[in-house]
Amino acid sequence: MRVLGLDIGSRSVDAVWLEEGRIVDSAVADSGFDPAAAARVFVERGNHDVLIATGYGRHTARESFACDVVTEIKAYAAGASVLFPGAASVLDIGGQDTKVITLGATGKVTDFEMNDKCAAGTGKFLEVMARALGFTLEEMAAEAIAASRTVAITSMCTVFAESEVTGLVHRGESRSAIARGLHESIAKRTVSSLKRVGAVGPLVFAGGVAKNPAMVALIRREFPGDVLVPGESETDSQIVGAFGAALCGLPVK
Amino acid sequence: MSEDSAVVDYHPMWEELGIDLPTHDALLSAVGQMYGDAFLTQENRPAGMSYLDFVMSEVHGLRVKELHDFRATGGKIVGTFCLYVPEEIVRAAGAWCVGLCAGAEFGYDEVERIMPRNTCALIKSFMGFELTNVCPYIKESDLIVGETTCDGKKKAYELLGEMQNVYVMELPQMKRPQDIAFYRAELDDFRAKVEELTGKALTAETLKASIKEVNDKRRALQRIAATRAASPAPISGKDALLATQVAFYDDVPRYTQMMNALADELEERVADGAGVAPAAAKRVLITGTPMALPNWKLHDIIEKSGGIVVGEEMCTGSRYYDTLVPEDGETVEEMFDALAAKYMDINCACFTPNQGRMDDIVRMAREYNADGVIDYALNFCATYQAEAFSVEKALQQAGIPIMKIDTDYSAEDIGQLSTRVEAFLEMI
Ligand code: SF4
Ligand code: SF4
Repeated sequence: MRVLGLDIGSRSVDAVWLEEGRIVDSAVADSGFDPAAAARVFVERGNHDVLIATGYGRHTARESFACDVVTEIKAYAAGASVLFPGAASVLDIGGQDTKVITLGATGKVTDFEMNDKCAAGTGKFLEVMARALGFTLEEMAAEAIAASRTVAITSMCTVFAESEVTGLVHRGESRSAIARGLHESIAKRTVSSLKRVGAVGPLVFAGGVAKNPAMVALIRREFPGDVLVPGESETDSQIVGAFGAALCGLPVK
Repeated sequence: MSEDSAVVDYHPMWEELGIDLPTHDALLSAVGQMYGDAFLTQENRPAGMSYLDFVMSEVHGLRVKELHDFRATGGKIVGTFCLYVPEEIVRAAGAWCVGLCAGAEFGYDEVERIMPRNTCALIKSFMGFELTNVCPYIKESDLIVGETTCDGKKKAYELLGEMQNVYVMELPQMKRPQDIAFYRAELDDFRAKVEELTGKALTAETLKASIKEVNDKRRALQRIAATRAASPAPISGKDALLATQVAFYDDVPRYTQMMNALADELEERVADGAGVAPAAAKRVLITGTPMALPNWKLHDIIEKSGGIVVGEEMCTGSRYYDTLVPEDGETVEEMFDALAAKYMDINCACFTPNQGRMDDIVRMAREYNADGVIDYALNFCATYQAEAFSVEKALQQAGIPIMKIDTDYSAEDIGQLSTRVEAFLEMI
């Protein structure tokens, strides 16, 4: 039995094909203007028996492909707890939202919190800041790691932080110190929301932003517990949602 | 109400009331659309809901006409916003009572010129309805009764008082014997105010009759509520919420009769094991700020996500109908004591302390076999938002899953709320 799990997000559509519970293939595409069309490409490969969708576009998928759906919360919890048995909590920072999930003994969701009202601290936020600093995302992360100094960034709203960053650049502040400050403020804010839901380690850090080495390092520094990142093992952090969805699509044994 | 009246054109009546006709037409068509989408798409609804469908289709029509005709013969209408303003007293003095709480985002730009933006949606909504001249119930009210519950409402009544005939009842904030005595004295003043309005005296006889009448309305709602403990639930949460919302402005005896008929049907459904949702649907109890017409947002999200709402611990729910006024009083004095005791037994977050509400929520979650509780608070409602933390604690101690939601009437956050609600339903 082959299960196709789709994570239809605002920035990307991720696909994972499972065979006997193991990943046999995976793919990532840009959501573009029409995430359903991006998803359709994967569906039309036709090499699956069961299709299941998660993510922001899951309801569109249900309409287009008549498939089952699960929320990102359940999908991430399932994916993370299979990748890292014993994980106690999950942090997912995606393109436009942040989720924090606590897990029970069997990987069941016990609590969750979502920041989904604004882009503060998400992948989108980092993209906007990188542009304001004239860096690529990779450069900005590298600069943040290498920086010898930091500057405090007070705004978390994407719009205000962008003008704050521009102001700092104009005042002659070093771009790498600003990059460092930006990453630090996101990490602090994220860890405080982890504490709010009572998340303890081992924490699985997943989602697109978990590919950013500066964020990983700072979350490790701020979080009082083990931080596990999927990309550092074998599975790409970005496909944890699609993987988890596919696991939820497996027939219950 | 007869069905053929649906074709009547009410525009002349609305015009006479000073309603802004084009804006009002737009509002009615928006509400009609919301209603169709939220209610008429449901499957397997109880037949008794057709009465409420009809009432809603005539929400600014036939019912307003009844108020209009009543006033034409010298009758008086009293508009209220809060449970602590007893309908029994209004009716015993010969007037009719209508609830004026509003549940739609309307006229906010006008409101924000005279009130802070960070005012709760409920207040903004009724002020918006007033400022844009779209609410026939406000227009038909000869007296509007406010109460000193939360700070936002207190200040809103000052502004409303510049435009309408407003009387404000003072409410205590605690429930000690001296507070109950204080409220009891306020009831005397309120009685005098209504008697002055109608020119009729409240007597032991009229009060006894009105206590019985309003209790009967509550009893019908209690019967409906009781059937919701069954699995599968015989009525959707949305339909049950609508029934309570309509209780605040419909004709009392007719409404009671129709709700008893609905309850008969629901009891039969329960006996037959028939339901509106699969027995496996996750059962949710809602607690929090009142949901005034036409606010069906959270129920709609939950039920469209596959859950079922089995109870509302709110003023448009159990706080309204769970307790009755003792009917054994003979003198006006005895009955006023009974009214004071009953009303001061409502557990609103404007009071401190409010442990009774925590106990009610835990008890109801168990009685209605809820799998989880959603605490619903309007943004900027300090009392309920703060109390949500105590609610969370009480439920955690009882081992009942709880999720807190802060929202308003806008459609903006429906996508995000749906994800949170779905994840909560998966979790419980
Ligand atoms: S929540 Fe409190 S203030 Fe509001 S209507 Fe209910 S009893 Fe009155
Ligand atoms: S919801 Fe809260 S803030 Fe709004 S009127 Fe009621 S008690 Fe006041």
